[in-house]
Amino acid sequence: MFGREFYIDPSRCIGCKSCMSACEECETHRGKSMINFDFIDRPERIATAAYVCFHCEDPTCAEVCPADAIKRGLDGIVQSALESRCIGCSNCVLACPFGIPKMQVAEEQMMKCDMCYDRSSTGKKPMCATVCPSQALTYVKPETIRRERREQPTNVFYFGNQRVTTKVFMMVPEDAGAVSVDVVDYMWEGRP
Amino acid sequence: MSVWRQPSRDPLWREEFPVHTEDERYVTRRQFAKFLTLTSLGMAVGNGWILVRSWIRRPSAYPSVSVARIGEVAVGGVKLFTYPTPNDPCILVRTAEDAYVAYSQVCTHLSCAVYFSAKTRRLECPCHNGSFSVADGSVIAGPPPRPLPKVVLERRGADLVATGMESA
Repeated sequence: MFGREFYIDPSRCIGCKSCMSACEECETHRGKSMINFDFIDRPERIATAAYVCFHCEDPTCAEVCPADAIKRGLDGIVQSALESRCIGCSNCVLACPFGIPKMQVAEEQMMKCDMCYDRSSTGKKPMCATVCPSQALTYVKPETIRRERREQPTNVFYFGNQRVTTKVFMMVPEDAGAVSVDVVDYMWEGRP
Repeated sequence: MSVWRQPSRDPLWREEFPVHTEDERYVTRRQFAKFLTLTSLGMAVGNGWILVRSWIRRPSAYPSVSVARIGEVAVGGVKLFTYPTPNDPCILVRTAEDAYVAYSQVCTHLSCAVYFSAKTRRLECPCHNGSFSVADGSVIAGPPPRPLPKVVLERRGADLVATGMESA
């Protein structure tokens, strides 16, 4: 929107959780962060990754919703489940390949990152991109990313045979064209 | 979003439960024509019903209440009464030997009580100097937007009976 795109670069994340605090300030879900924050291989490393909803072009969460509650707008933003329709079944939570949707048990409603729709739809940056000190989460024009980053953005992901294209970009090494996640390998608990 | 779309090859369930908002809001020409037809039909039937109801005469909902006896009020005198309910104050004026008129006492401006001024021969409202004709209740001066509703009087023997209200 407004010529800017969202870019996620986990290699820049310093684990400060500023994005989570900023997200919690939102009026529509005050006190609840919609940022997905992970420690990567926590026993061995200090690496962290904060990421937002990738806003898929064909969102799996919406495809599996039995209540027709999740919609993707013309601007490509996949919104939280409509309050009047969501039945709290958690199908979307289970289906999303990125693990984004969050079930709010008290409200019986799924909520997720909507890229601070109140802000981004009027040309402002989402809260997380505004506060991220290392710009692991950034919301800038594509030419800015090309000029300032060594990594290249991609919005194509493979989860096994499922090809997912998204609105949000992930920064990957220069020689990588797409991000491929071996789901079965990831699920394998007997990894060394 | 295009105005015209080719027929979709998607299964019906996918068309009826679209993921994208532009698909959900898309209205086909057939849907639009159906909406126009049904709405027009509904409007026509509704208008017809209103017309038929206006043809059917309904009995008056107003009660017949004796408000005064002939001669009880002097010429130029008044009597206050309530009609049709105890919460609707009215005023009866004997304007001549054999002429009685009665109106709602509630001013049509801001609901103050009007009184009869024998000097000006008008029904006057003290709040904002509105005045009404005692002959027909019409507004002569002041801010009232409508005439006073008139009480229909009927003479039954020695009684004056209120039988209805007329709003001009």
